[in-house]
Amino acid sequence: MQVKLSIYRFDPEKDKKPYMKDYTIELPKGEHDIMLLSAILLVKEQDPTLSLRHSCREGVCGSDAMNVNGKNLLSCITPISTLKQPIKVRPIPSLPVIRDLIVDMTQFYHHYEKVEPYLQNDNRPPVKERLQSPEERAKLDGLYECILCACCTTACPSFWWNPDKFLGPAALLQAYRFIADSRDDATEKRLDIFEDAYSLYRCRGIMNCVDVCPKGLNPTQAIAKIRTEMLGDGT
Amino acid sequence: MVKQVTSLGGSGLSDWLWQRVSAVIVAAYLIFLVAMILSHSDFSYAVWQGWFEHLGMKIFTLLALFSIVLHAWVGMWTVATDYIKCYVVRMGFLVLIFIGFFAWIIWGIQILWSV
Repeated sequence: MQVKLSIYRFDPEKDKKPYMKDYTIELPKGEHDIMLLSAILLVKEQDPTLSLRHSCREGVCGSDAMNVNGKNLLSCITPISTLKQPIKVRPIPSLPVIRDLIVDMTQFYHHYEKVEPYLQNDNRPPVKERLQSPEERAKLDGLYECILCACCTTACPSFWWNPDKFLGPAALLQAYRFIADSRDDATEKRLDIFEDAYSLYRCRGIMNCVDVCPKGLNPTQAIAKIRTEMLGDGT
Repeated sequence: MVKQVTSLGGSGLSDWLWQRVSAVIVAAYLIFLVAMILSHSDFSYAVWQGWFEHLGMKIFTLLALFSIVLHAWVGMWTVATDYIKCYVVRMGFLVLIFIGFFAWIIWGIQILWSV
């Protein structure tokens, strides 16, 4: 069985501008459906100059996020049978392309760093550990699972127009993960960075982030909850 | 925190809050108006005029007009800061929008108090 792909290519050392290159691969005998990442790696056997990031191959590391037929996804958990051919593969949008499907994630990580994604508690730690009730722990469900693949943030028009100012759904989901944590006592400090017109409030709730999240998370809901916390804190 | 001088309250929180509050007022006004029309089987221009002669109706309508302008200002400011990156062009656009909203409010007051 043959599979047709059209892949974004750009090598800044050789190419003046990016272009789409067509490839046709033959699936191994007996295979009718493989994951998109495996198909791209078959392309790489044909053309070793193709560059991409990948690692765990099971949707956990988040390194192979790409824009496929116009939608951000993780190629390692997307079967080719679910995609219309020729499969158009591009890097995730709005971040600078280093080469082919590899983007510069510096801005994305800068926003992640800004929300201080670690537990903060100035009280003396107990002898063993800071305990949570099952109800308090349940508040972290749907938040801690984020793998920072950037599918959501790079699908968000507010991030496209203001990548330096709007923190994006991934960083905001991570921010709420610590605001919601009963063991963290830095909520007031965490909320202070969101009062300006861009960092949090540039989200207009179009929910592209929810649509593309490969882990089925809901950053729009997390953003709404931060806003509710801000209301209690700021009015 | 960087204050945005042209945003409504200078902060994202206040802009967001004003936009929600104004939306609720406009929605309440629309529901009230539709309910009033549906509850009058003999609805006519004379009935309509009678409502607007009442001071309460004038105040509610003016409140709805102000709410629309507040709501639209936050929306237009957001659109302008998203799409118009040149500061001079953006300020020109926002000044035009402001003049338009101001004229619209004055026109609305004139119509309401001429009834």
